[in-house]
Amino acid sequence: MSNYQLVVVGAGPGGYAAAFAAADLGMNVAIIDPEEKLGGVCLLRGCIPSKALLHVAKLVGEAKHSAAWGVAFEAPKVDVDKLRAFKDSVVGKMTGGLAQLAKQRKVTHIRGMASFVDAKTLSVELVAGPSTGSGQGGKEEVTFDHCIIATGSRPAQIPGFPTDSPRVMDSTGGLDLPDVPKTLLVVGGGYIGLELGTVYAALGTKVTVVEMTSGLLPGADRDLVTFLSRRLETTMHKIFVNTKVTEMKDTGSGVFVKMEGEGLADADKNQTFDRVLVAVGRRPNSAVPGLDKTKVKVEKGFINVDHTLRTDEPSIYAIGDVVGEPMLAHKASHEARVAVEAIAGHKVAFEPQAIPGVVFTDPEVAWAGLTEAEAQKQGRKVEIAKFPWAALGRAVAIDRPDGMTKLIIDPATERILGVGIVGSGAGELIAEGVLAIEMAALATDLKLSIHPHPTLSETLMEAAEVYFGQSTHVYRPKRK
Amino acid sequence: MSDFVLPELGENVEKGDITRVLVNVGDVIANDQPVVELETDKATVEVPSTVSGKVTAIKVKPGDKVKVGQALFSFEAGAAAAAPAPAAAAVDKAPAASPAKETEQTPASTSTPSDLATAAVDKKSADVVDISTGRATPAARPESAPPATSGTPAASASTPAAALAVAPSPAGAIPAAPSVRRFARELGVDIADVAGSGPGGRIGAEDVKVHVKSIVVSPRGGAGGRTAHAPLPDFSKWGAVDVKPMSNIRRKTAEHLAVAWQAPHVTQFDKADITALEAFRKSHGPRVEKAGGKLTVTAILIKICAAAIQRFPQFASSVDTANESIVYKKYVHIGIAVDTPNGLLVPVIRDADKKTITEIAVELGQISQKARDKKLSLEEMSGGVFSISNLGGIGGTAFTPIVNQPEVAILGVSRGAIEPVWNPSTALGAGPSTALGAGGQFVPREMLPLSLSYDHRVIDGADAARFIRFVAEALETPLSMYI
Repeated sequence: MSNYQLVVVGAGPGGYAAAFAAADLGMNVAIIDPEEKLGGVCLLRGCIPSKALLHVAKLVGEAKHSAAWGVAFEAPKVDVDKLRAFKDSVVGKMTGGLAQLAKQRKVTHIRGMASFVDAKTLSVELVAGPSTGSGQGGKEEVTFDHCIIATGSRPAQIPGFPTDSPRVMDSTGGLDLPDVPKTLLVVGGGYIGLELGTVYAALGTKVTVVEMTSGLLPGADRDLVTFLSRRLETTMHKIFVNTKVTEMKDTGSGVFVKMEGEGLADADKNQTFDRVLVAVGRRPNSAVPGLDKTKVKVEKGFINVDHTLRTDEPSIYAIGDVVGEPMLAHKASHEARVAVEAIAGHKVAFEPQAIPGVVFTDPEVAWAGLTEAEAQKQGRKVEIAKFPWAALGRAVAIDRPDGMTKLIIDPATERILGVGIVGSGAGELIAEGVLAIEMAALATDLKLSIHPHPTLSETLMEAAEVYFGQSTHVYRPKRK
Repeated sequence: MSDFVLPELGENVEKGDITRVLVNVGDVIANDQPVVELETDKATVEVPSTVSGKVTAIKVKPGDKVKVGQALFSFEAGAAAAAPAPAAAAVDKAPAASPAKETEQTPASTSTPSDLATAAVDKKSADVVDISTGRATPAARPESAPPATSGTPAASASTPAAALAVAPSPAGAIPAAPSVRRFARELGVDIADVAGSGPGGRIGAEDVKVHVKSIVVSPRGGAGGRTAHAPLPDFSKWGAVDVKPMSNIRRKTAEHLAVAWQAPHVTQFDKADITALEAFRKSHGPRVEKAGGKLTVTAILIKICAAAIQRFPQFASSVDTANESIVYKKYVHIGIAVDTPNGLLVPVIRDADKKTITEIAVELGQISQKARDKKLSLEEMSGGVFSISNLGGIGGTAFTPIVNQPEVAILGVSRGAIEPVWNPSTALGAGPSTALGAGGQFVPREMLPLSLSYDHRVIDGADAARFIRFVAEALETPLSMYI
């Protein structure tokens, strides 16, 4: 039996960041994960592979678009195997890098499934394979001074829908890119469904999106989503909101789907698709075996933690998707550092003022801090300043005027409380918004910071100018 | 009932997506009032109404696609409703601007942008007062405003300028960078307690240091004696205890008095014969009562102290240590300590020198009631130059009040009692013959004990003795004030 100062359960962007940070602080660290490679969902079948595919989708979209500029390309010929290989090579490079980093930091990767024996001991069901010590499988017990649970989340399933049909995929199956189906139904108009739907649509699939609530990307500000919806209407085959899938079955040659909702034509109500992608959210993996032998508490599916990410069991911490929304990799890796520093005895707390969210569709939608919708819900008085990209030189030059940058501002202090952006590359631009919020920047600070011309980043500065009724490129006198 | 249709928006814009509906059924809308927000290919625009009347039904919702000419809502034209303006009147030439704003003539739209910015700043720097707690948060930069120099002398329940933030920060969003928040945490400081000196109340690392310094340097612990003390023993070892958080007033009183206590204090005692005054109070009481007041000793003392201050102006001064000067106030506002169920409050009677005793009595009754009802504004608790604390209603023979900084003197009043007073000039033979001389005797007189605490930096002992004598004699023989 080996003892470690820190054992991390789960090797996703939370888990490996925690393991590396702890090793950097001089701890003796093990990381337990059944996968051969470190990286978790994010690297193996989430953020990174989807971005590789979305990059290709963007290229296809632009190649098509360029006909309008006098440069026409032939319709793309898609070699799915080669595309998949490119995506896999991206994953391979990144996980290879992680393996190298783990080795340099002397982090032990124990390949297996962990269960708690008590508050100081884990039992690991080893996976037979090359990176297992013996290569034989079997069991190993490890003891720890501290443990960090970073077991992440898994795609949610809809009860009653086929789970064994290869034609009904979750995000993992979708990213495997088995083929380019002629027709695809995406169940769920959230970010995962829309990102993957975008990929398949670019590859030539007729994609239908069905969303149960009244709009795509529930939770995001409607004025941002409008820009995305408008474009998706041209790239997707059909989008149904306020619509539910009531039945789904694999017919052997396709998936038969029954839908119910307002304004649905009869032909739409009963259809057969080549494939279906179910993307209706994610569920935390909080059912770690043996947790009942510790004081760790699970509430509404999430592990209960305090502001230092410590669970009700003093020796055990938890981070990432398993402790709560938003289930985002960058939240997990930030929490990882906080938890490790807390374990090392530093006085730290998880206290971000902005956790950015990005939807990598085309256009991208991104936000950070307070949203307008949330402010309304709280009944909090805010002022909104919006800058339409159509007024910006760079946006027009790249023929992407379909964007908007908005600021949510505290009227009393003029502090930036939230930033929302929709448009090409919004995901990159939002980082400035995060910094502004965290640094307690005032609208004046954004306005007075010189932004490079001609870039899309100017929209943040101009939005701040709009707040003061001083935008160069938008005439909108301040309302008072 | 008619329908309001989406007017032409100009520049070949024929359709758009409703992003927000700005009116509700039942709303009475005016011409030019924005009714929906529309996202067009070119921009987001607020569509102004070209009609006025009452909205009876709304026909669109956010997310709907609408075309020019499509009905947005139904309305009943009010009696005063103008004839619907031609739709073209609402056309906005600037694609990105809201039409509503072009037609609105608000003051702001005519002022320059810098005016607007200034106005916003002025609004922010105005004192923020929480009436229910009497807690004030002036926008002064903390370290540049030591209590002795602050323009408005703080009432004992209001916050000394030294412990203040610029503006209340929104809950959960302390305006401090992550590095500063972490720095505060490392020092064991709650970042929410730190006053930010930057724009928008932003807290810098320097502010955290100043905050820590204020806690460590102040012998009483700058914040209500919280920090610099040895840790308390575990009282529950010896019996049951009950721990309650300090109320806002209690905390502010603790902070203020801990600072006030640091002035070099002396207390001068005296007694005034109020036998005649009591008779006067009885005979004149009903008259004052008719005016709505009560002829109390306190009301009379306010008037007398106002006269005393005019005779001895150093009793209405303040020490400005930073500028090595003494500020003499030419107004006579007198603070009265009021015992309320929520703690000590000190409302101020303004221009006591210019008011009759009746006026003072009426005002005192009102302001004391307000104090007990928690309705005092900061304004009503600030500006005092001298304070009076009368505990006579409860009892006691003497006490040493603490000067209410930045004032320099306070008069304490204890309970009046009948005492034997030697009167050398009473009728011969009536009393025993003693060494004091023949012919005198003890007579029962009602004596009122007075305690005058003063800041010895500006007031000399002899002046204090003269001041308290002046007050005592005025109580005994009111005409003496005018001699």
